[in-house]
Amino acid sequence: MSGQAGTLLEVDDLRVTFPTRTGMIEAVRGVSFSLGRERLGIVGESGSGKSQTGRAIMGLTPPQARISAQKLAFDGIDLLGISPRQRRALRGNRIAMILQDPKYSLDPVMSIGRQIVETLRTHEKVGKAEARERALAMLEAVQIRDPERVFDLHPHEVSGGMGQRAMIAMMLIAGPEMMIADEPTSALDVTVQLDVLGILDRLVSERGMGLIFISHDLRLVSSFCDRVIVMYAGKVVEQLKASELGQAQHPYTRGLLNCMPKIGADRHPLPVLDRKPEWAA
Amino acid sequence: MTSAITVDRLEVIFDRFRALKGVSLDVQPGESFGLVGESGSGKSTLLRAIAGLAPVASGSIAVNGKTLGARRDKAFYREVQMVFQDPYGSLHPRQTVDRLLQEPLAIHGFADGERRIERALDEVGLGNGFRFRYAHQLSGGQRQRVAIARALILEPSILLLDEPTSALDASVQAEVLNLLEEIRRRRKLTFLMVSHDLAIITHMCERLMVMQGGEAVENLVANDLVERRVTKDYTRNLLRASDGFVRTA
Ligand SMILES: Nc1ncnc2c1ncn2[C@@H]1O[C@H](COP(=O)(O)OP(=O)(O)OP(=O)(O)O)[C@@H](O)[C@H]1O
Ligand SMILES: Nc1ncnc2c1ncn2[C@@H]1O[C@H](COP(=O)(O)OP(=O)(O)OP(=O)(O)O)[C@@H](O)[C@H]1O
Ligand SMILES: [Mg+2]
Ligand SMILES: [Mg+2]
Repeated sequence: MSGQAGTLLEVDDLRVTFPTRTGMIEAVRGVSFSLGRERLGIVGESGSGKSQTGRAIMGLTPPQARISAQKLAFDGIDLLGISPRQRRALRGNRIAMILQDPKYSLDPVMSIGRQIVETLRTHEKVGKAEARERALAMLEAVQIRDPERVFDLHPHEVSGGMGQRAMIAMMLIAGPEMMIADEPTSALDVTVQLDVLGILDRLVSERGMGLIFISHDLRLVSSFCDRVIVMYAGKVVEQLKASELGQAQHPYTRGLLNCMPKIGADRHPLPVLDRKPEWAA
Repeated sequence: MTSAITVDRLEVIFDRFRALKGVSLDVQPGESFGLVGESGSGKSTLLRAIAGLAPVASGSIAVNGKTLGARRDKAFYREVQMVFQDPYGSLHPRQTVDRLLQEPLAIHGFADGERRIERALDEVGLGNGFRFRYAHQLSGGQRQRVAIARALILEPSILLLDEPTSALDASVQAEVLNLLEEIRRRRKLTFLMVSHDLAIITHMCERLMVMQGGEAVENLVANDLVERRVTKDYTRNLLRASDGFVRTA
């Protein structure tokens, strides 16, 4: 299942630990997987280490954390071995991450449009006017209704879903080879959600981008991704084809599928998981 | 019966942009009312206007029969609490969970803080182990649960919930939805709830309003969605999109 030819990313035994006053918090405990030019979904319980896994790959782990891996390589480059400068250069150009907290990660004192323009201009030599045109086109591509107005707004002046799409536009404009998208559509209404997924989908199938799609929306993951990793308490508990999510074996995954509300199913209260200590072993 | 929330021909204007164009709404006490609609259609703005956080240009808002002025007083926030869409922005990252929960209790002069904090954390499925963590040390879903605990801790009668579970995985989402339903029944709460997930809205709400471009386009009962009895194209698209992603080859 893990691709040999065309492997973009290899993760072997990744660990992220936070020292805190009350002891060590092991956020990621030995995660391994590889990514080709495909759509890989990561699902899992809140707090199971999905975002910290993505951040570790990006080099965005908070400084106080300890991070280790047998292997963490992007396109053959040892990510833990290179200098912070080289890491930043990769991050700006070849790897991008849509963070889970879009508004928080946009610069609050700069207009949305300027942020996209500046991102573009750090990657490519383009004139002011062209940069503006391309930023507007990108906002339009992510289904922002009136790009001209939104271009000049600051992050606190846009709705939740608009902020999320601004962040997506900013990440897309750099044309990365690998994208980590952390809950990229959680604030979008379902129709816009599908448009944004359509864009990501084309980048994978037409440009050969590798996509890690972190989401708690199992319906989306199973219909959109090629493969899925299921995380629980900092570990990968199951890996399967997205289309076979319905036949998952792990009781956590099965429980997850069962506790979603469905239109027309009248279940009050919703079934909840009976978490077993051995799942976290 | 006096309505819990009445919104009448509400207009909200930011600079020159009309975010709400004469929206009306009526929510009965104990009812759970849903808002769905396009991104940017004004759902959060409507909730924020009720909470006194948006520039109302005209129209009126009444809570429990009392028409509200431009200012909200302390008594208002004991009755009405809001859970914001963005759990990152609404919790100060450099404060501990304990401080975040103490604050509203202190403002409103509650004496039994200790007991309330323990219970609130327990209710949202965060053990005492989280109590002295900083907000920035929490995952997205953990923050959202703190935000819900913070809204519940004052025991308001009306909750304005803006995408309360969109940051949560399905298992925690089910727990939080069950919790919200259970508290609503026990304390006879009124909910005004935004979600882009139609399944959540039909699960939680009796009635709902569909919004687009600052206007209400359709008022429905939950069963209309179940039986796909909708009249507007936009609502129909929403229903279709709810089935998941379809790859066009
Ligand atoms: N700075 C930090 N210090 C201490 N612990 C942290 C820090 N950041 C995250 N954690 C902890 O690490 C664990 C994993 O967090 P992470 O953000 O990866 O979860 P997640 O799977 O993305 O969850 P969610 O679905 O809720 O976003 C959580 O238990 C979280 O509380
Ligand atoms: N402070 C502000 N200044 C200018 N425009 C604003 C401000 N706040 C909101 N708006 C605009 O009002 C409109 C409605 O925003 P609102 O946040 O209510 O949308 P929403 O329906 O909640 O969308 P979403 O589902 O994406 O959260 C948007 O076009 C937004 O840009
Ligand atoms: Mg996360
Ligand atoms: Mg909103």
